[in-house]
Amino acid sequence: MATAEAVIQIKWLTKAYGKNEVLRGIDIQVERGTMLALLGPNGAGKTTTVRILSTLLDFDGGDVRVAGHDVKREADKVRRVIGLTGQSAALDELLTGRENLIMMGRLYRLTKASATARAKELLEQFDLVKAADRPAKTYSGGMRRRLDLAVSLIASPPIIFLDEPTTGLDPRSRLAMWEIIKRLMANGTTILLTTQYLEEADQLADQIVVIDGGKVIAKGTAAELKSKVGKDRLELTFKDAATYKSAQDVLGKSVVDANEKEYALSLVINDTNKDVKNILEALDNAKATITAMAVHKPTLDDVFLSLTGKQAKIEKVEAK
Amino acid sequence: MAVELQFEKKPRALLNVIDSWIMIKRSSTHILRNTDQLLGTFFQPIMFLVLFAAVFGGAIEKALPAGVDYLDYLMAGIIVQTVAFGSTTTAIAVCNDLQKGIVDRFRSLPMSNLAVLNGHVVSDLLRNTISTVVMLLTGLIIGFRSSASFTDWLMIAGILLLFTFAFSWLAAIVGLVAKSVEAVQWLTFIIIFPLTFASSAFVPTDNMPAGLKIFAENQPITQVINAVRSLILGTPIGNAGWLAVAWSLGLLAVSVPVAAWLFRRKSVA
Repeated sequence: MATAEAVIQIKWLTKAYGKNEVLRGIDIQVERGTMLALLGPNGAGKTTTVRILSTLLDFDGGDVRVAGHDVKREADKVRRVIGLTGQSAALDELLTGRENLIMMGRLYRLTKASATARAKELLEQFDLVKAADRPAKTYSGGMRRRLDLAVSLIASPPIIFLDEPTTGLDPRSRLAMWEIIKRLMANGTTILLTTQYLEEADQLADQIVVIDGGKVIAKGTAAELKSKVGKDRLELTFKDAATYKSAQDVLGKSVVDANEKEYALSLVINDTNKDVKNILEALDNAKATITAMAVHKPTLDDVFLSLTGKQAKIEKVEAK
Repeated sequence: MAVELQFEKKPRALLNVIDSWIMIKRSSTHILRNTDQLLGTFFQPIMFLVLFAAVFGGAIEKALPAGVDYLDYLMAGIIVQTVAFGSTTTAIAVCNDLQKGIVDRFRSLPMSNLAVLNGHVVSDLLRNTISTVVMLLTGLIIGFRSSASFTDWLMIAGILLLFTFAFSWLAAIVGLVAKSVEAVQWLTFIIIFPLTFASSAFVPTDNMPAGLKIFAENQPITQVINAVRSLILGTPIGNAGWLAVAWSLGLLAVSVPVAAWLFRRKSVA
């Protein structure tokens, strides 16, 4: 993409609250029609970055442009082309879903007719038709997030910021949210998404920027980041304790992980073809019967762990 | 996208007015949807009026000029007290908006930021007007009578609306400064309670201790009450009318810019 144009451009961005440096020189570029995931643990500076991009927060140093507009001097022009979905659903609890949508549409300066028609369309797209005329306070967590996202799309802005859109959602609602986000990407919307979930970044984003402690510590596609940590692993499961033991003797030092209860061993491999062939031959000679075998590519969790030294958030555990 | 989006092409200043209108509609919808507000709007004023008239009536009437009925005397005080306490709603609403993150959304939109405050303050005016009418009707049922002419009532309405407007802007400041809704509640309480009780709202100020008397006779709420009371009872209004208007305008002149400044600052910090 030689002619691709950076719609979101952050250069050497710094921000401090007193002595607490939240952002210590961040560089990020997002090209038109692509999605970038900003990945990092709690307190890495993700939300601060999004708040700066959406003109909610002032910053100390650097240059931030959205659709070519300076977020400091041309905040109003920036606001016309962005949609923001924050961490907590920013809805009017007493207004209905439809009223929320129409109100925000009007505030985006849509005509009454356009706001009403678009609200109807979004309620259908986001599966909120039945709940459309109930106050937002009666909505479930998943519905609330969907309405919140719908609200930020009311004027079809070409650029969307999604700040941890699935944090705290149950797995089913999360998948539904991913589907919606994928549809947005298909429409050519430029998206910047922040997340603590590696799987989310892996599934959705074209580019991933990993930040920690207010600094970018890695960037690239999911595949590039994985190849950085990169060794593949061969995972073997054996029939019984005896074969497991003899396999362990044969393979010796190349075993990096062993699970005695499940008779499972895992080994690092560099060359998938040659190494696997050699290992299998050696096991065959020792008459160690394998019941299962798998080649495991590194996950973003591995990447994250090796980059930040912190355990990544475990998907199954629900935050908050 | 199936829907072709049309944007408003009106001049910016007009769009900003429309923003305020949209926010007024929003806040006014809250009056009907929020049961607490509804109770506060309709029943609290009735309760106050009936209780004060019944409990204090007999005792205080003796301290009033001959021929003045306590209910007629009380009406001005109880209206102003209700309006003053009613402004707490603005403070809570502003605080709530800031806490819930909806202000962040508003600020990320190409809208007029002050529209948010305008919405709360103006809907407060509407709510307080409803409360006042409810009180007057209740008063009429339990024996309130006034000699005020139509013009007098227009003046009463004007003085009260201006005062409510000013006080709601003051409340907006409390809502912007407070860290939580609980804080709003006690903060407004410690401001409004002394102001309404150390005033001429319920009893004549003549028998108060000297220091308190000076405060009570010169503070803004007493001026507003005295002005409204004179118009209701048909007694000479003296300077109270002008002082009430002057205090309200002065309060507005200070609180509107301060609230606007705080709102802008609060959201960028």
